[in-house]
Amino acid sequence: MLSAPSASVLLPLLPPDASAHGPALDHQLLLCLWIILALASLAHILIFLGLILRRSGSPRDPWAIEYLPLGALALLFTALAIHSEHLWADSRYTGASLEAMQIEVTGMQFAWYFRYPGLDATFGSTRPQLASAPEGNPIGIDPADPHSTDDFVTSELVLPAGHEIDLTLRAQDVIHGFSVPELRLKQNAIPGETIHIHFTATKPGTYAILCTQLCGMGHYRMNANLRVLPDDEFENWIEAKEKAAHR
Amino acid sequence: MSPTPRPSSPLSAANPPLFSLLSTDHRTIGRLYLGLALFAVTVGTLLSLVMRIHLLWPAWAFPLYGPILPEDYLALVTLHGTLMLFFVLTTAPQAGFGNLILPAQIGSRHMAFPRLNAASFWITALALLVLLASPFVPGGSAISGWTAYPPLSAVASAGPGQAMGMDLWLTSIAFFAVASTISSVNILVTIARMRCEGMTWNRLPLTVWAWFTAALLSIIAFSVLLAALLLLFCDRHSGTNFFLPAGDLVNGMLHQSGDGSPLLWLHLFWFFGHPEVYIAILPGMGLTSMVLANFSHRRVFGYRLMIGTTLLIGLLGIFLWGHHMFVAGLNPFASTAFSITTIAIALPASAKVLSWIATIWRARPQRTSAMLFSLGFVSLFITGGLTGPILAQPILDEYLHNTFFVVAHFHLIMAMAGVFGLFSATYYWFPLLSATARHRGCLLSERLGRWHFWLTLVGAYATFLPMHLTGLAGEPRHYAQLTGIPNAAGRMLASTLPLNLHITGSAILLACAQLLFLANLVLSLRRRTPAPSNPWHATTLEWHPALHPFASHDASERITVFRAPCDYRMSDSGETFFLTQWNYEATPDVKPE
Amino acid sequence: MPSTITPINTEWEKKRRLDDHDSGHGRRPPNDKRTGGGGDNDNWNDRPQGRRGPREKLSRARLGLFFALAGDTMFFVAIVSAFFVAQGTSHIDAYNRYINEWLPTAVPPILWLNTAVLLLSSVTMEIARRTMFRENDAMDEWLGLGKPVTRRALPWLTATTVLGLLFLAGQAEAWRQLGLQHVFFASNPSSHFFYLITYTHAIHLFLGIGALGASLITLYLSRQLEMRQILVDCTGWYWHTMGVFWIFLFVMLAFFQ
Ligand code: HEA
Ligand code: HEA
Ligand code: CUA
Ligand SMILES: [Cu+2]
Repeated sequence: MLSAPSASVLLPLLPPDASAHGPALDHQLLLCLWIILALASLAHILIFLGLILRRSGSPRDPWAIEYLPLGALALLFTALAIHSEHLWADSRYTGASLEAMQIEVTGMQFAWYFRYPGLDATFGSTRPQLASAPEGNPIGIDPADPHSTDDFVTSELVLPAGHEIDLTLRAQDVIHGFSVPELRLKQNAIPGETIHIHFTATKPGTYAILCTQLCGMGHYRMNANLRVLPDDEFENWIEAKEKAAHR
Repeated sequence: MSPTPRPSSPLSAANPPLFSLLSTDHRTIGRLYLGLALFAVTVGTLLSLVMRIHLLWPAWAFPLYGPILPEDYLALVTLHGTLMLFFVLTTAPQAGFGNLILPAQIGSRHMAFPRLNAASFWITALALLVLLASPFVPGGSAISGWTAYPPLSAVASAGPGQAMGMDLWLTSIAFFAVASTISSVNILVTIARMRCEGMTWNRLPLTVWAWFTAALLSIIAFSVLLAALLLLFCDRHSGTNFFLPAGDLVNGMLHQSGDGSPLLWLHLFWFFGHPEVYIAILPGMGLTSMVLANFSHRRVFGYRLMIGTTLLIGLLGIFLWGHHMFVAGLNPFASTAFSITTIAIALPASAKVLSWIATIWRARPQRTSAMLFSLGFVSLFITGGLTGPILAQPILDEYLHNTFFVVAHFHLIMAMAGVFGLFSATYYWFPLLSATARHRGCLLSERLGRWHFWLTLVGAYATFLPMHLTGLAGEPRHYAQLTGIPNAAGRMLASTLPLNLHITGSAILLACAQLLFLANLVLSLRRRTPAPSNPWHATTLEWHPALHPFASHDASERITVFRAPCDYRMSDSGETFFLTQWNYEATPDVKPE
Repeated sequence: MPSTITPINTEWEKKRRLDDHDSGHGRRPPNDKRTGGGGDNDNWNDRPQGRRGPREKLSRARLGLFFALAGDTMFFVAIVSAFFVAQGTSHIDAYNRYINEWLPTAVPPILWLNTAVLLLSSVTMEIARRTMFRENDAMDEWLGLGKPVTRRALPWLTATTVLGLLFLAGQAEAWRQLGLQHVFFASNPSSHFFYLITYTHAIHLFLGIGALGASLITLYLSRQLEMRQILVDCTGWYWHTMGVFWIFLFVMLAFFQ
């Protein structure tokens, strides 16, 4: 139990941020945390003062005590809400730009798979009947489809730094939660639906991709690595992959 | 004023003992409910400790059981959540104390439908039985959490416990839904039709208003839950696909056709789920208002406003279920709408907090255990509630969803605040809880109570405040272990270990503190030193001599109410009077030691 | 209310005097409509609860039923909303084709007949319910002149029961016909809902039939007017509600697929 203080210094409040929209989010989050810390302390101070001060039976006026503070809180919450809804609108209301890079994520018990469309920049169709990890086709790509010939699937997500990514989320069996704390990114993948999110990773590095929706006994170990590479390295990587896919 | 004494009626002279099965006496049923809740909370607490220990030492083999597998951990979490939320915090405050206290507080001697009342208790007991049977069936109990998202909960092959165990879970919750609907109908009719002369809506104690609102919510919410459970059951057994999409391939089992949508379940479930959590807290809010006023010898500040906010919280509570689905596939525009309604509910809640603070402000209240626990309720409600508006912002929820930040939020505001409400109620109403027709009931030991309060308060904060930090650091919910995890995720999760060690430690302390409470119950019941008939100088009717279980033999004395509750006056000479709802003349208020 | 027959000193105790048809509610005449419990002052609090006259328990039972039915309404609302959601949903199949598997279930014509039958049963039910409260008969019973109320109500209640059973038989026939067209519960999204809705509604009607049976038996056996009134009244309201539900659900199944 004594480890508490030491722990909280060991532990950064938030993991380092590596995305374009992250800083604004962090700012809003920390702002809110400070505000509620202040409100909570204020409330507790008031409680303690109220308890220890001498009793007074003098009548109080409800406006001063109830409605004004309420109005203040209303303004406060409204301001916070407006700001954060703007952030939300920026990140979710509109789709990705056209030159965004297409990648498809598929969640299944208990792994993430990432599919790159290859040279033709379009994904081949998939059929669950064909899906089988042992045969090297975990997401069931249909070889009959011409588009699918140059698709390739990886078990780690590799991204170029500073490029916008248009991520297509799919789930094969149950609901999974695609989450990258360092990118301040979270979105559930739902069977039978394809969900798009778009973002830009800024800092090169290796980050954790977690599953944040209870999906069965292996939920806790359903994760993958995200490698954000500088442009040139990424080019080499993807060319190598595409060659391999063609053969 | 009361008419000439009359021969006692055969009906109520049959004095009910403290516990008697198959009784239709509302106090007995209330006690049965509380007993059930106490049992459930004990089991749920033990489970939570096993969870905490397993989280840190996944390999450790439990005596009599052996090592706990990941699926066992999920089963534990599911059982823990279900027990605590349904069988403790929906049962004890609403049905338990509701039955025990509500009729007397409105000047009535019975609930409207005594037999239905008994029936609803026994259905609840059956539901608990079914739930507790689930760990012992092949595959063990369900592992899909208390929210049971399909397809995980709809396909038996999705994991161990999702076959028989899941069926039992569904059955249990279905029984529970029926039972709560019945008892809510009972409560509503009792309040609407059984009030004594002079007990106008404006004079109802806030506890009654809270029970009323919670009952309204139950009727709406549980019916929808029942429908959802029915659909899920059909998906599991009748080959339908309400929640199952075509081409769903669960662990080798391909689901051929259908256009079902898992999101449909999320909508139906959370339409129930959010009102449910307010059902759990509303009675606590009402009680807190009354207890604070009682012990600070003041009127509840802004009584009308408190009635209004209670109803408003109930009303708004129906329209914000989407805040559990911001990143679960909800359309982003809908997210904004739900986010706004959610933040809006912070205001009536704040109004209540302000009224609580204003009520005790410079009142020099008596610091009895009941009072302390109500103050604790206020504190925990503030700290737990303030994280609500943060989670209510979709952009922030995108980072916080399903992390321990959420777990911290709802353990502070629901688990701990709710339980503090229960404790306050227990200490406050124990004379009525333990009274029989032959014995006038006894008080709990204040000294033990004070220890119990401080240890629980410290334990609660020490356990659940750090969870915010691990959550912010990225620790997700429902993770069976934080060690031995590959990839970059391993490093991130391992960084939360020291803090988690501390959390587990405090959780154990917190749970041990409850032994004081149990000891207090046992000792006081053993000692049985009779309590005065109105020990707290309360103004509400449950302390009316003629409504006291001890004196209930005179079933014909006329009960009349003259004024709103919590009417404390100060004479110019400075000493305070308290005016009970049932008396014209004021009683000088000598503070009891 | 004719004051001549209002007893001056009514009783305190819950004694049942079946000989003079008093069910222990304080020997108030059945035409006394005050209920009490409203917190106001017309509720004769000089009398303990449960002994405040014939309408007290009735009003409670009614209110309870209404609350329960409100919950039941939410139950169907949930299913109906699921119905419309499912109608909208679709998916893109392996060959990038837009697939909406919703192929409407044509409602068997016999449902029209059933609907008519159910409406008729509601009418007979209402007549039965009203006869329970006819002042003169009630007063006669209170004064001990036989059981005219039962005599008048029995035929209508029996008619309702028969019509109700007829409706259920009709539903069974409808299911059989669909079965012949190989449309079953599990066939397709639309049939899921058709069967789910008709089944759940039928179950509700079964309960209604049970209530009707209970009230029939009570009409025969019970000598307390109060008891009979409560049972028939509540059964009536329940029955009407199920009728309304059915109209709504039927229109939805017939025209909104
Ligand atoms: C009432 C609700 C309630 C209560 C009291 C608690 C109490 C505790 N809970 Fe939990 N918990 C939930 C509701 C509750 N919980 C829910 C809903 C979930 C989510 C489940 C899911 O995801 O599906 C959850 C999940 C949950 C998790 C997350 C698991 C995970 O996702 O990995 C953890 C982990 O630490 C945890 C721990 C604890 C601990 C240490 C306590 C300790 O506080 C235990 C100490 C106990 C007490 C202090 C109570 C004693 C009270 C009495 C004795 C009162 C009795 C009086 C009368 C009946 C009159 N709980
Ligand atoms: C009793 C139960 C309870 C209560 C009362 C609340 C209250 C609130 N809850 Fe919570 N909530 C839960 C139980 C509860 N919650 C549970 C169980 C979950 C998890 C479910 C699951 O996934 O398993 C959850 C999850 C949850 C989420 C989803 C998080 C996620 O999964 O990502 C959200 C998001 O909006 C939320 C919001 C709120 C809000 C805005 C309130 C508001 O009502 C809070 C209002 C209170 C305040 C705003 C404090 C007021 C005080 C002040 C303002 C101080 C005044 C200042 C001075 C006097 C100076 N809750
Ligand atoms: Cu996949 Cu959790
Ligand atoms: Cu909620």
